[in-house]
Amino acid sequence: MDKLKKFAVDYVTYVVKGSPVFYAWIAFLCLLILGLLYGTFLHATDGLRYTGLTDQVHDGLYLANFVFLVGVAAAAVTIVFPAYVYHHQALHKVAVLGEMLAIAAVVMCMLFIVSHMGRPDRLWHMLPIIGIYNIPHSMLAWDTLVLLGYLILNFVGGFYYLYKKYTGEPLNNKFYLPLIYVSIVWALSIHTVTAFLLNTLPARPMWHHSMMPIRFISTAFSAGPALIILIFLIVRTRTRLWIDNAAIDLLATIVTYCLGLALFLTLSEVVTSLYANTEHAHGLYYLMFGKHGFTDLVPWFWGSVAANIVAFVILLTPHWRKNYRLLALACVLAFSGIWVEKGMGLLVPGFIPTPIGEFTQYFPTTLEILVTLGNWAVGFFILTVLLKGAIGILLGDIRYVATTPEMATSASAGVVTAPESV
Amino acid sequence: MAAPGQVRRKHVTNKEKICNPEGGCTCAGQAPGAAAAENISSRRNFLKSTSMLSLNSLLGTAALMTMSDDAQANTAWAEWFQGNYRLMSDEEKARARARLERRYTREYGKAVTVDGTPPQEGVLMGYALNIKKCIGCRRCAKACVEENNTSRGKDQEIEWIRVLKMEKGEFSQEKMNQGYPEGLGIQVGGNAYSPAGVVMEGEHYYQPKAVPEKDSVYMPIACMQCEKPPCVKVCPVRTTYREADGPVVIDYNWCIGCRMCMSACPYWARRFNWSDPNLPKEAMNPVTHYLGNRPRMKGVVEKCTFCIQRTRKGRYPACVEACPVGARKFGNLLDPNSEVSRIIARKHVFRLKVEQNTFPKFFYFMD
Repeated sequence: MDKLKKFAVDYVTYVVKGSPVFYAWIAFLCLLILGLLYGTFLHATDGLRYTGLTDQVHDGLYLANFVFLVGVAAAAVTIVFPAYVYHHQALHKVAVLGEMLAIAAVVMCMLFIVSHMGRPDRLWHMLPIIGIYNIPHSMLAWDTLVLLGYLILNFVGGFYYLYKKYTGEPLNNKFYLPLIYVSIVWALSIHTVTAFLLNTLPARPMWHHSMMPIRFISTAFSAGPALIILIFLIVRTRTRLWIDNAAIDLLATIVTYCLGLALFLTLSEVVTSLYANTEHAHGLYYLMFGKHGFTDLVPWFWGSVAANIVAFVILLTPHWRKNYRLLALACVLAFSGIWVEKGMGLLVPGFIPTPIGEFTQYFPTTLEILVTLGNWAVGFFILTVLLKGAIGILLGDIRYVATTPEMATSASAGVVTAPESV
Repeated sequence: MAAPGQVRRKHVTNKEKICNPEGGCTCAGQAPGAAAAENISSRRNFLKSTSMLSLNSLLGTAALMTMSDDAQANTAWAEWFQGNYRLMSDEEKARARARLERRYTREYGKAVTVDGTPPQEGVLMGYALNIKKCIGCRRCAKACVEENNTSRGKDQEIEWIRVLKMEKGEFSQEKMNQGYPEGLGIQVGGNAYSPAGVVMEGEHYYQPKAVPEKDSVYMPIACMQCEKPPCVKVCPVRTTYREADGPVVIDYNWCIGCRMCMSACPYWARRFNWSDPNLPKEAMNPVTHYLGNRPRMKGVVEKCTFCIQRTRKGRYPACVEACPVGARKFGNLLDPNSEVSRIIARKHVFRLKVEQNTFPKFFYFMD
């Protein structure tokens, strides 16, 4: 117990210390979080009236970011799976960073859900045990359960690993490995259930196809590892923790395959829907070409397709993929391309036209954008702190010293810059 | 007659305008529930003075004048902690209703009753609408707003009934042979650019000088009170459910505002309170039911309940009473001699979107 207390103290003292760049980054995030607080205040006092949402398009930026971030959270498995199932040495060393990313992403998901809800004060109605669950019918209820479970799995798994590293004790594999294997399967479940959230609604024909879960997973496993590669490249340059090329190369391969699959699935969907071009294809048609003069989403769609294709071409060419500057570019393109595809490209046109055939366009308001940025800022805040702590422990900067507390703090006072994330 | 088609000409945002892509903006519209501005313009003027004050400030003033902050806080607290209505004991239900009665009475300055009449044995509510008789006057929609305490005013108007106007335009003689051969010589349809046949050009913001308009067919829609409601299935907290006598209802105090039910509804029957509803004191209907027309709060979903506050007391829904041409019929589907049962037995009847397998209890018929 004493050790645990010391772990907490050492961890916190380590992460709050950093270079001016670190503080500047944190201050920047806090500024964005102020916007979130303002938006949340308005949402709480006056409802969602300041959003661009309507009865026609009633889910927008918030839910889109939620859907996207579930994928990012699930993508931690692209580190954990090769590390623990295929014993990939380079990834094994830094697998805990993936778990930290998963924690931050799930927290962001929850924040976006709170922003999305009309009555966040009644959140307790859907918490396990004290709330009431519409299980097994409601996909949203399942989604809450799997996300909470995933958060707990990664929190326990990640911090158990870090704690053992900190104390220098060996891992209890009978406890730890089952946790890891469960979390691998669980990661797939969270994005699958999130896909079911949308594609089990025949009232929205654009979503109502069986391809969505695999498409979600393939996009998630390209956007997620793309973000992880970017984080790794930053960690490599900004901290003393060296991440092997082998780790980055394997992730790049995963992004390549999954992005290719995602593009193929997009193509399949387009052909399937637009060949016959029934009324059920109106949403997709509106997204791709516009309909009745409404073309707002068209640039988003083609922009996203272009970004994904360019990223795929870069990744597919071994010579370019091995060039980490180009790789970083490809990762940025893939990440943003898939973000657009999930948001403006999937969620919004699902509501256009409405079930009675009305075309209503949706424009996020400034407040919605502020709140969205704020939620991302909270996520990056958490991610920065978690990565900084984890890197400190992996480097041995934070470690358990049995003797006096002064020694421990002096050990933890090492000058390590935090990962100044993207 | 299955899925309604697309609205081709109208684009309405929640905020500002009804746009006509072919002819520019035609008028200033209102909220998603926006309807004939003509019909409501007088009320809008009337409301102008009241809408200056937000509901919040009204509540605050009312609270200061009539009740101590403590007592009000206690009510809010108790409401916040109350459980799902369906799972409450009868005693708890009565307490919850009494609490609401006190609050509404205070807020609206008139004696408000919150009824809790349960479903009656042997009753299954059903609705039938004569699509040939409907003239599109939308008095049903207005009566519904007044009966059901829905929000009004610019940007905030909610209407549960929408009347879709469909024109015969695509059937006109000169358009019949306007197909075009594609590159490989394939003739595409009789009228390929605009689909042939009565497509449901469901225009529900129409603003005519008089109804019915020439060459127009009207199709009112509202909640279909499905026997297999997709909205109920997706609700994560079981706040919306089918009552034993048929209507699908919502416990507004348990709703978390996730809007999954709105995504799941194939009839676009559900509305969301994007802010505290604007319900003027004078216009508030004090005869309410817990699961029906009691005033809602911000952030919850609402919809037609077949006027549960009336129909459980043996009255007709407000829209049935308001219809000037007798197009709307309501009754007990389990009683073979009820008007709806006889209509279903004898007339040409159809339901909307049967392919969704929702089994609506809202029937359309023709003489």
